[in-house]
Amino acid sequence: MNEKEVIGKLSGLGNKVLKDIKSVKDPDIQLPVRALSNIYFDEKSKLIKLGDKTSHRSYMNIAHTRKFMQTLLVAAECKKIIDQNVSTSIRDLYYAVKHTIPGTKENTFEEQSESDPIIEDIEATLNTLREQLHLQADRKGYIAGSLVINDTGDEIDCGKMGSSGWAIPSNAEPDVIKFKKCDAEYVLMVEKDAVWQRLNQDKFWQKQNCLIITGKGQPARGTRRIVNRLHKELNLPIYVLTDADPWGYYIYSVLKQGSINLSFLSDRIGTPKAKFIGLTTMDVEKFGIPKNVTIRLTEGDKKRTVEMLNYVWFKPKEWQDELKNMMKVGYKLELEALSAKGIKYISEKYLPEKINNKEFLP
Amino acid sequence: MTEESVVNEKSAEHMAKDHREISISQFFEKNRHLLGYDNKIKALLTIIKEGVDNALDATEEARILPDIYIKIEEIDKETYRIVIRDNGPGIIRAQISKIFGKLLYGSKFHRLRQSRGQQGIGISGAVLYAQLTTGESTKILTSTGKGKTHKIEMKIDVKTNEPKILKDEVIDGKEWKGTQITIVVEGIYREHKQSVIEYLKQTAISNPFANITFDSPNGRVEFKRAVDHLPKEPKEIKPHLYGIEVGIMTRMLQETKGRSILGFLTTEFSRVGKKSAEDICKKAGIDDKISPKKIEHSQIVEMVKAIKEVKLSRPPTDCLSPLTQELVEAGLSKELNPEFVTSISRPPTVYRGWPFQIEVGIAYGGSIKEASVMRLANRVPLLYQSGDCAISKAVAGVDWKRYGLSGDKIPDAPVTIFVHMSSVWVPFTSESKEAIASYTTIIKEIKLALQDCARKLSIYLSGIRKAERIAEKRRIYEKYAHETAVALNELTGDEKEKIEKAILKIVEEKWGEIEQELIEENDKETGVEKEDENK
Repeated sequence: MNEKEVIGKLSGLGNKVLKDIKSVKDPDIQLPVRALSNIYFDEKSKLIKLGDKTSHRSYMNIAHTRKFMQTLLVAAECKKIIDQNVSTSIRDLYYAVKHTIPGTKENTFEEQSESDPIIEDIEATLNTLREQLHLQADRKGYIAGSLVINDTGDEIDCGKMGSSGWAIPSNAEPDVIKFKKCDAEYVLMVEKDAVWQRLNQDKFWQKQNCLIITGKGQPARGTRRIVNRLHKELNLPIYVLTDADPWGYYIYSVLKQGSINLSFLSDRIGTPKAKFIGLTTMDVEKFGIPKNVTIRLTEGDKKRTVEMLNYVWFKPKEWQDELKNMMKVGYKLELEALSAKGIKYISEKYLPEKINNKEFLP
Repeated sequence: MTEESVVNEKSAEHMAKDHREISISQFFEKNRHLLGYDNKIKALLTIIKEGVDNALDATEEARILPDIYIKIEEIDKETYRIVIRDNGPGIIRAQISKIFGKLLYGSKFHRLRQSRGQQGIGISGAVLYAQLTTGESTKILTSTGKGKTHKIEMKIDVKTNEPKILKDEVIDGKEWKGTQITIVVEGIYREHKQSVIEYLKQTAISNPFANITFDSPNGRVEFKRAVDHLPKEPKEIKPHLYGIEVGIMTRMLQETKGRSILGFLTTEFSRVGKKSAEDICKKAGIDDKISPKKIEHSQIVEMVKAIKEVKLSRPPTDCLSPLTQELVEAGLSKELNPEFVTSISRPPTVYRGWPFQIEVGIAYGGSIKEASVMRLANRVPLLYQSGDCAISKAVAGVDWKRYGLSGDKIPDAPVTIFVHMSSVWVPFTSESKEAIASYTTIIKEIKLALQDCARKLSIYLSGIRKAERIAEKRRIYEKYAHETAVALNELTGDEKEKIEKAILKIVEEKWGEIEQELIEENDKETGVEKEDENK
């Protein structure tokens, strides 16, 4: 989709609303419902998909009026940015659309948390990516390994990025980031930056001939897009390494089948074939991890675990066993717990053994 | 131990020589604070109060719409000349000197009928205060309307409690009716919360049928009449047995013309039939045929005890002269210009045998800027000792939050709470008549009346809030129109002023329907809670 088309879509949204206004009709904007009630797990693609329920955001609905105005303001701002042929961060956009409404003490937007979901609304309703709206988020993910890419004309060797790795941009679409050369055999996606740094320091990617990526917590869309493309375009298996806790498992599930909020993007940022390498509570026995580095589950953890037991994507027996085991033993553990067995235990023993034995959770 | 402190014993005989009967005037001289003359500021207020109370009582009793003129003039440092004039019936010569010159003289103390003053200390106290502080005599002009005016100048003989007439003239020719008193006293004139001006304002509210003109040291203030009729005339009643104590009973037995106890009980008291009188005597073990004069002290005690066991009808309440809701609201409206006013006149009831009636008015907003309580007894404002007063206690006892008003004890809102107690005998906590004693029945009555008014106010306020909420919603539609138009202009290129107008047109078109829905929704949400009266 080129810029003209995107501008056409934005203007189309405006013209539809204007037409309502001119015919003295309550103007409304149709939006796909981005909520649990309108998503489904597509068994075929193994992805969370957006259903076809739509909601109407209308001016004369008192609960919508402010959001209605905000939606048009964000759309107008995006059009302006594209017209000027620049791109901007979502925070910049927030400041660009934030101002005091004349004659009131109220701002058009009070927090960035108000404008961010509106961007997603526009993406979803116009079926346009944030990047195509010339918006970008902060970079959050890092990659290292034998991969050469072309980033807007610059050639970058991810094997020569020193201690920090290459920062994955917010826009990781093929027109910006192109894969030139790759010798890696698989991708290891790590939840935690600290663990990624340990692996990078130990030259794990060199020894194992893989790519190591961290999303620093829940990976941003750019990082998820890169993982998706590495699998799709280069056929690389994706292995995910997180803490053995409900949050870690959730990160894995989002990476694998997408999220409710961004379900309209699941095709692009979900990687259904990703596999879970660890950490699990079952590993405690298997690897003889001392019990004193485990952490007791909180009430919140327990509640979350029970919920997860019911999710379709956690239905495979292996996951049911793991989740039930977590409930049974009543503890969770962080990746760093492996350091109790020695600093290099994770890179020299735990991961190689798991990968060689193909010990994954689906 | 020093020389001076050595105790010299005195014999009882020696001491008896020092005991003398003191006159009420001498008592006053030493205890002026008991009568409201504690300090120079309050003294002015007390004098105005006594004078105006008398003027209102006199006019009202004669069924004349009161026109009262007051002047306070500073004639020297901390020395004021006070003039109070009414258009009442005037005073006949024989009574003039007694009314103004003898303490505890008056028609009011001995009868049971609602009036402002009740002890007969009032105006003569002012005369006494004048001669004590400035040495000046009091001048009285009065005419009963037959072309003759009495001009009297007088003082009080403190020792004998008798008037001392200094000048006694009759002026012929001038046709007028009324009384004017001129008093020169030491005092300090102020205009704060417990001042003459506040007293007159509250008097004007509680007597909206009166015209009051006040020439203050700072200029003229007029309180105009708002209604052209007086409250109904109170009837005199006989005392009710439930309020009678041994002392009063003893005195009445001595003074009665009744030949038998039975006759005494049925004629001297209200609501005592032959049957009840016989019951009382039987319970007290007294022969109901013996003469009241022959009854012994122990029998009186028994009789008073027996009264409590006999069921008597309540006293008649036509001795009361309530303001009525009309007058309460008229008074509050004319002086305060409130946005909203409500009132209630409770049915008359009885405490210890005395009939009384509570009336409450609540005025909200308008020129009222903060919460205040006006306490009134028989239409007289009470400005001091609010902490000891049954009214203050009742106000503090209302859970104002229940009625959508924040604030503890007194609502945190621009309200004036007006509480009026009418009674033949208001139980004041002291002679200076500044606070009503806290009888449970009285507090309960006041509270019920307050709750009733608070309920009505809260309904009014919730109506306003509702209207405000609805107007606020309309503003929401309007305030986002501009921003929406700006955005649509960017997206479509259409002129933003036109778009904004078009959006506002939609708001205008759809508003009627939306407003209706909002009103219905609101009515469902804000059903004002009805309070249990017995709470």
